[in-house]
Amino acid sequence: MLLLERRPQPSRFWIYSTPLLAIAITMISGGALFALLGENPVEAVLAIFWEPVFGEFSFYHRPQILIKSGPLVLIAIGLSLGFRAGIWNIGAEGQYIIGALTGAAVGLAFYPMSGWFIFPLMVVSGAMGGILWASIPAFLRTRFGANEILVSLMLVYVAEQILAKMALGPLRNPDGHGFPGSRNFQNYPSAHNAELIAGTGIHLGIAAALVSVMFAHVLFSKHILGYRIRLSGEAPRAARFAGVGTSRIVFFCLCTSGALAGLAGLFEVSGPSGQVNIDFNTGYGFTAIIVAFLGRLHPVGILFAGLLMGLTYIGGETAETRLGLPSASIQIFQGMLLFYLLAVDVLSNYRIRVKPPKTRSSA
Amino acid sequence: MTDLFSINIVVLLASLISASTPILLAATGELVAERAGVLNLGVEGMMITGAACGFIVSVHTGSPAIGFIAAAAGGTAMSALFALLTQCALANHVASGLALTLFGLGLSALLGQGYVGVKPPPTGNLELPILSDLPVLGPALFSQDIVSYLALALVIAVWLALARSRSGLILRAVGENHNAAHALGYRVVRVRVLAILFGGGCAGLGGAYISLIRVPQWTDGMTAGAGWIALAIVVFSSWKAGRVLLGAWLFGGITVLQLNLQAAGIAIPVEYLSMSPYLITILVLVILSADNSNAPASLGRIFHAPR
Amino acid sequence: MLLSLSGISRRFPGVVANDDVSMNVAEGEIHALIGENGAGKSTLVKIVYGLVKPDSGSMKIDGEHYAPLGPTEARAAGIGMVFQHFSLFDALTVTDNIALGMDNPPPMRKLSVRTRELSKNYGLPLDSGKIAGALSAGERQRVEIVKCLLQNPRILIMDEPTSVLTPQETKTLFKTLRKLAESGVAILYISHKLKEIRALCDRATILRGGRNVGSCVPSEASIGDMAEMMVGSSLKSPVKKSRNRGKVVLEVDNLCSDADSAFGIALKQVSFKVGAGEILGIGGVAGNGQEELLAALSGETKVESNTIRLKNEPIGHLDPDARRILGLLAAPADRMGHAAAPNMTLVDNAVLTGNRRERLSSRGFINWDASSQFCQRIINAFDVRTPGTWNTAGSLSGGNLQKFVIGREILQKPDILAVNQPTWGVDAAAAAAIRQALIDLARNGSAVICISQDLDELIEISDRFGTLNRGELSDIRKTESLSTSEIGLMMGGAHGVDVAHAPA
Repeated sequence: MLLLERRPQPSRFWIYSTPLLAIAITMISGGALFALLGENPVEAVLAIFWEPVFGEFSFYHRPQILIKSGPLVLIAIGLSLGFRAGIWNIGAEGQYIIGALTGAAVGLAFYPMSGWFIFPLMVVSGAMGGILWASIPAFLRTRFGANEILVSLMLVYVAEQILAKMALGPLRNPDGHGFPGSRNFQNYPSAHNAELIAGTGIHLGIAAALVSVMFAHVLFSKHILGYRIRLSGEAPRAARFAGVGTSRIVFFCLCTSGALAGLAGLFEVSGPSGQVNIDFNTGYGFTAIIVAFLGRLHPVGILFAGLLMGLTYIGGETAETRLGLPSASIQIFQGMLLFYLLAVDVLSNYRIRVKPPKTRSSA
Repeated sequence: MTDLFSINIVVLLASLISASTPILLAATGELVAERAGVLNLGVEGMMITGAACGFIVSVHTGSPAIGFIAAAAGGTAMSALFALLTQCALANHVASGLALTLFGLGLSALLGQGYVGVKPPPTGNLELPILSDLPVLGPALFSQDIVSYLALALVIAVWLALARSRSGLILRAVGENHNAAHALGYRVVRVRVLAILFGGGCAGLGGAYISLIRVPQWTDGMTAGAGWIALAIVVFSSWKAGRVLLGAWLFGGITVLQLNLQAAGIAIPVEYLSMSPYLITILVLVILSADNSNAPASLGRIFHAPR
Repeated sequence: MLLSLSGISRRFPGVVANDDVSMNVAEGEIHALIGENGAGKSTLVKIVYGLVKPDSGSMKIDGEHYAPLGPTEARAAGIGMVFQHFSLFDALTVTDNIALGMDNPPPMRKLSVRTRELSKNYGLPLDSGKIAGALSAGERQRVEIVKCLLQNPRILIMDEPTSVLTPQETKTLFKTLRKLAESGVAILYISHKLKEIRALCDRATILRGGRNVGSCVPSEASIGDMAEMMVGSSLKSPVKKSRNRGKVVLEVDNLCSDADSAFGIALKQVSFKVGAGEILGIGGVAGNGQEELLAALSGETKVESNTIRLKNEPIGHLDPDARRILGLLAAPADRMGHAAAPNMTLVDNAVLTGNRRERLSSRGFINWDASSQFCQRIINAFDVRTPGTWNTAGSLSGGNLQKFVIGREILQKPDILAVNQPTWGVDAAAAAAIRQALIDLARNGSAVICISQDLDELIEISDRFGTLNRGELSDIRKTESLSTSEIGLMMGGAHGVDVAHAPA
């Protein structure tokens, strides 16, 4: 019989090892899944994890990985603030959409004017859009005690409807021959989030992601605010005793994650995606939840987790084109990763003790 | 132009019940889990998995009944994963529930990828003799599909079981104070696992109701937040079975009303009508969250048998 | 012998809770199990009740082999247990609670009738329709006892039953227990209060460090002898020197606040003054507004600004940190999660309240070196046993963590310190150290408010004394002028015990 024994304190070794263990188990069971689908499991796993980085077309794939990882890291850093404090913003997808919309709207409003100030204005308004959308659950939680999980999630569906309305209505390209979708920012230099270094895929969003990692790292390791966030999550009553204003923490965490998600949306719409369209959002806001957990809510961990998750996106695409693997299988892969991570996490806080089968002491 | 009067009240009532059934099923299951102290945010994932399983099996067997059984099995299997995570590996309920939802969305997309555009076998309506001949009420309330009746029966059964039976009392006790229940010798983990599995089965049925009866066809992510609304309804009900029914009807009513308004071509953009159920959910959460004193005291807390 | 244990051992990670314990309990006997906190009393009775399985050793009931797989089997074998904590479901009714404690309860209506009969026979009045959360501590215990008695137990285990009772309620309980013993029920009575044991028990077994270190007949042994067996060495009692009450530091005037939880207690017009160099003791059974009073003092609950004045300055509206800057510090009762964050390191926990007064951060950036030094100072000054400052608070034993918590506040040199249950669940050596530290703090000119349900503690250290009862504060009296029975009367009243007729 297996028994769990609580460790006096979390094991350092396992805190760092569990993500790696989870990745390993995911690869194994992912391979098993592909074998079930009739593929060669080794080939499939290689196609996902090896090909994009070291394969024949890596020169094309590597920038793509960065492009996918940027928004994931940016959003996940924001989410990790709240998750550490026990504030569950799972509506980053909605904040991402609204940020993209407000940012794009500002850019399109200036069309076809050119000026250096247009893009910075878009960035600010993208962040403001995300903050606006995230402050709704923050306000409703602090003022009325409404559950932020449900409110932020409901707002994703609302945002999707707004996106549809905007893509078909006010933001539609007037010269687009009636097709849905806005003007393409790639044809509007003043509002275009172009690559910083040609051919690398690195655009401002990726730089912003790196800055956010550093910001979060300093926040948590040095600043009293990061300490208060941790305290609120670990022991809410102790936080109140210490004098931490709960509402302030809720607003800070939700609004910061909203701002980062909004920025991710803005950089995406004005860069890689290029235009506002009905199917603009691709679920980064949800995948970022996995990234945040996989990175153990630690900024540097999130950076690596984001790169890995970006890799699975691109790897999924290569596997799809090369082996004909169904596109949904990568989603399962990601879901499985989170599952295993949560499951093996028990090792950091508990010790597994094997108890011999009960032997009755002689009476 | 708009033609509000073309909305037939009988049809409206009938479709209200049909629209509320999936959330009613899922919310009832979640209610039982939450009363046992388990916060399972994976309802959406279990529903969509049930929707896919039910759809596929009934297409292949030609029997909606077997499809529903398969859906319940699919939902239960998903919830078993959640039970494993939260009850055995002592993982955080919120994170595990999110994992379940993300995984379920992917799994159902994979399972259902060959079934887009396929028609499932129809589920017949059950016309209750005599009652269905009543004017207005007859066609509205008493000639529904059998699953709607079963959902109603389930709510009543859950209500009775929670309020009156000994197992209901034990379940509530476990949700209220797991340490005390453990000290009295009740198997906290066993009770919770059973409650989770029941919740999964109900969510699976609810999902299949969407893919087999309400829509009926398969599209990715077709539950479109119904699982989350079911979670909100449990809060709305302040953890009482009777009020779950009320909540489900309220949301069913809003859904049907906005669909009818869309069909009637009223001068409100379709998108605004489509977002109304979600906005109403938020509104209801805001109004009702002030009083959450009925929430089970151990809700979402991890239980590890103390020394 | 009704119950006999032989060679029971049980270890937990890092601790041996029971080490080769053997003992016997006879029919109709009130048998005391005494020892300090952490001596292994609770583990031993949990083994008897089937909640914990021994690593080795065996038990017999009436000479028959007895190895319960769980409480259900223990109850079937005739064992009942009244718990100290965690045993009632607050949101459920008394009858529901009783039904949950039985394996084959009769239908609810019959159960109510039997409950009423039983509670009349043993003098344990109960209102079966009430919600358990609304009951007083004494009433809750009655529910527990009735729950056990309904199953006609042959052995009744009582875990620290009097720690939540007023002296009058204790007397009533003892009457009930003697009646039960006369009818042949064996009672295993856990306590560390030696006076009570001398008054009640026929025999006593003493545990120390998990081992059975001897037994005695309490009525024939002296309290000093029993205490020495229990502790292993003689203890230093805190030294109390007379102090002069200086200028008024804190003035509480007509303080009212809401209950802090669904089943909490609201404070009703509490007024008192504390002077420099003085310890004000506030007694009373926990759950009568103690938590709420401390929260109002610490700033966790904000109140009308003028109802709390620190050195004539109204501070009721200030948050905890602002009050700390002005010199008002506090330590709540619950170490795990309130006064300290168990999953965070000791350094983190030092920053928790030390940030402002110790200047551990500047412009928002935490100085971890300074924080770590402050933490080390606490550990050294208060003899906190831990491998290092980077250990989590939760890894410390109760006594050590409590010393850390109290030490953290004292080292910040408060003008006034408010503490709630400073020695609750703490071993005797740590408790003595904490009391001495509070006395020393007062001697150095600080004011101290000590809220505690341990009367002996308050009599020992406080200069003036009042009690908190259902949110109301009694008159404050000089401690020297009070007798135990007068204190008992101050605490009574609202506990369903008719004070006027209780023998004083």
